[in-house]
Amino acid sequence: MHELALAEAVVTAALKFSDREGLSELARIEVRVGELQGIRKEIFEFALAEVMPAVEPRLASTEIHVEIEPARFHCRSCGVRFSLNEETGLRGAEEVEAVHLVPELAHAFLRCPACRSPDFEVVAGRGVSIGAIEGR
Amino acid sequence: MKRIIAVTGGKGGIGKSLISSTLALVLSERGLRTGLLDLDLTGPSDHVFLGLETCFPSEHFGIDPPTHHDIHCMSIAHFAGKSPSPLRGEDVTNALIELLAITRWGDLDFLVIDMPPGLGDATLDALRLLRRTEFLVVATSSRVVLETVRKTLRLLTELRAGIVGVVENMRREDSPAVQGLAREFDVPFLGALPFDETLEGATGDVSRLAVTPAVAALRRCASVLFARAQGPRPVGESPCA
Repeated sequence: MHELALAEAVVTAALKFSDREGLSELARIEVRVGELQGIRKEIFEFALAEVMPAVEPRLASTEIHVEIEPARFHCRSCGVRFSLNEETGLRGAEEVEAVHLVPELAHAFLRCPACRSPDFEVVAGRGVSIGAIEGR
Repeated sequence: MKRIIAVTGGKGGIGKSLISSTLALVLSERGLRTGLLDLDLTGPSDHVFLGLETCFPSEHFGIDPPTHHDIHCMSIAHFAGKSPSPLRGEDVTNALIELLAITRWGDLDFLVIDMPPGLGDATLDALRLLRRTEFLVVATSSRVVLETVRKTLRLLTELRAGIVGVVENMRREDSPAVQGLAREFDVPFLGALPFDETLEGATGDVSRLAVTPAVAALRRCASVLFARAQGPRPVGESPCA
């Protein structure tokens, strides 16, 4: 399950930061997940809640806040900015799953709604990052 | 995985995909656990050579590459299907990293990587991310090809990358050019594959591919790999032993 692997990666990154900063307790972690990752938020939150205490006691009462960052694109060909919607969006479970696994495949399945070009920049909504860590 | 062999050459159309696909076949024939990764993300073709129908791979804590003739094959084609996948620089790197990260290869003796043409992102990423990669360089005797392959060899030797050797493809007549190029860079010349008109008809049919003159010649060229299936040769030891 992709969500579990990502949860483990988030925990590893948070602990690395925590060790580097000498934190003995982590109060809150804000995780930003790009829409293109196709992560199911509730499964991801569940995975974080299950993985965290098992890995590290410091995380047993850490509050996790997951935010899905909407995907935004900028067409290099005509300059139009667009997002994932009914017109531009992915069609079918296989396209969704393909982009979930390899987000760059957005260029295989999405087109600029204005000029139909696949040459667009992914401005937002790709990747998983830790936005903030609060601790002491 | 014990050894990673990247089939490269820099120039398009010289037979990298054919040689990658049939090298994987030849290694697998010998009972070696073999994976094949098509890193030509915008023009994948290994699945065409091997007659592998693209199919969405199964996922279980990672992606299991579909197995065909005992070769574990991973390609962007399994995800993109018939859709073109145009990618710019950073996208190539990101897609490459995703494929490497999510694929569960298992225990392999060899991973053969089909490199795209050019000296761009995929080559640079293979050099920085897969430090154990050994390069098998493909060339033909065409002056146009030799010009690019010479640059590929120059870059690889400057970066002290492991080079298995040089294979000449599509040989029509005896020409010392490719052998001379290998000698220029002090790397082994592994041999030559003849220009083989039967290849087009055999494409997609593994049993026909396996008996073509080109693949017979590739078996001889690849013998250096069989001899050292356990790992790359120690630095300083002759590769032709």
